[in-house]
Amino acid sequence: MKGNAGLSEHLPQAVRPPGTLPRLLPAGAGASPASLAGHLARYGPPPAGLGQRQRESLIAEVARAGLTGRGGAGYPTARKLGAVAAGRAPVVLANGTEGEPASAKDKVLMTRSPQLVLDGAVLAAEMVGARQAVIVVHPAARRIIDDAVAERARARFDQVRIRVCTASERFVAGQASAVVHWIEQGVPAPTASPPRVSERGLRGAPTLVQNVETLAHLALIARYGAAWFRALGTPAEPGSMLVTVLGAVREPVCAEIAAGTPVGQVLDLADGRSAPLQALLLGGYFGDWVSATVAMDRPFSAAGLADLGAGTGAGVIAALPAGACGLKETARVVRYLAGESAGQCGPCRFGLDAIAGQVERLAYGRSADPGLLHRWLGQVDGRGGCAHPAGVIRLIRSSLRIFDAELRQHAMGWCCGTASVLPVPQRRTR
Amino acid sequence: MTAGTSQDTVRLRVDFIACDGRGLCAEALPELVTLDDWGFPIISDRTVPPWLLADAREIVRACPKLALRLDRGQPALRADGPGAW
Repeated sequence: MKGNAGLSEHLPQAVRPPGTLPRLLPAGAGASPASLAGHLARYGPPPAGLGQRQRESLIAEVARAGLTGRGGAGYPTARKLGAVAAGRAPVVLANGTEGEPASAKDKVLMTRSPQLVLDGAVLAAEMVGARQAVIVVHPAARRIIDDAVAERARARFDQVRIRVCTASERFVAGQASAVVHWIEQGVPAPTASPPRVSERGLRGAPTLVQNVETLAHLALIARYGAAWFRALGTPAEPGSMLVTVLGAVREPVCAEIAAGTPVGQVLDLADGRSAPLQALLLGGYFGDWVSATVAMDRPFSAAGLADLGAGTGAGVIAALPAGACGLKETARVVRYLAGESAGQCGPCRFGLDAIAGQVERLAYGRSADPGLLHRWLGQVDGRGGCAHPAGVIRLIRSSLRIFDAELRQHAMGWCCGTASVLPVPQRRTR
Repeated sequence: MTAGTSQDTVRLRVDFIACDGRGLCAEALPELVTLDDWGFPIISDRTVPPWLLADAREIVRACPKLALRLDRGQPALRADGPGAW
């Protein structure tokens, strides 16, 4: 790995890059968000006034860092930067929508390290040659982000104009084209692709849509370089990542870990299990159920979880206690997700509703038709204008794999437990 | 290059946001299009064979919602759209 001397020699002497965790979050628990001055004292100033060559070398640095999108899809960030930089008059959109009910990491990041997120949005804008960065924030973080933006404006800190919008709370509202659609027209639903938003997004401009955690990492890579970023994590999945740990743990928590930290150690950050565990939901509601005992020693990384059919997704680990019924948990979540369909595409609108009905039948011991369920899973998977149906089906398939014993019990007319571990918001109108 | 002449890589695609399940495509081109249990098209991912290309072009024109198109080449790794969240 090539060093980053070119970048680090410009660092002010007083500032030392964080050598260990946390990198993104404040070190002390419960600390109020840092002021701009406090933020700069901790991290040093971001590189500013970039010329064309510096922009290109920063994008190359992000590529060497191996940074990937932290919204769930894991797309290489530098590739997106390069694609948008090639377009005319682009715009940057920092995506802090976080419509996933099981995840809180973006809200925690935006409320505890708002200046780092803004640094990342501004730097990304400078890297791609954009003059405007739009920050789309979950309502819970709106006030803190507004304050942080006002503080930067008073200090005339940025060359790039920052605009803040409140995100829709719908589940599908965080998908890249849906964020653009929401800001422009107040409709939190994906639009047809092509064109990709990187080609034609906000008001027709090439638009870089990046998750806020991704941008926070980018802000540090721009300061300290790729080698610093890669000092944590694994060679294939470098850096740190934010996780949300919930369910049957003593202290549900958002924490920052090195990518590839064993799952059991991540649970320890939540003060350990609060009951014997049977299964873990990894990644989020588009993620996968895995056996708790099998997953416990696995690295929390794509490579460490691949043979379990799982991944890290949006960094969620939800612990299911032995007394709960995984099928009922899944049925509740699937019903919620079916209701969160934007209703634009037939396979999603009609298919997910029908599928949710069959999963409920399996979970509540009414005469289910597994053959029909599998037929519908096969028909709906991969279709529609976005990844919503595919994500829901992924969750269902993993539940059928992992809760096989419960399936047989339910078929014989008795059920093991109750369900109320995974958070499901009340049905609401948008 | 003329659009649609590279026969080895032409695929039929549907825009599901535009599609409302009229089903003409499945009637006209059953070799490539079937319907799911709700009447929406399931499009074969295989290359449109040369002898179906004219029919495929015709159904792209005939779709009342203009929801069909012919794409050339393999789908590239995408920066957004399906798969990206």
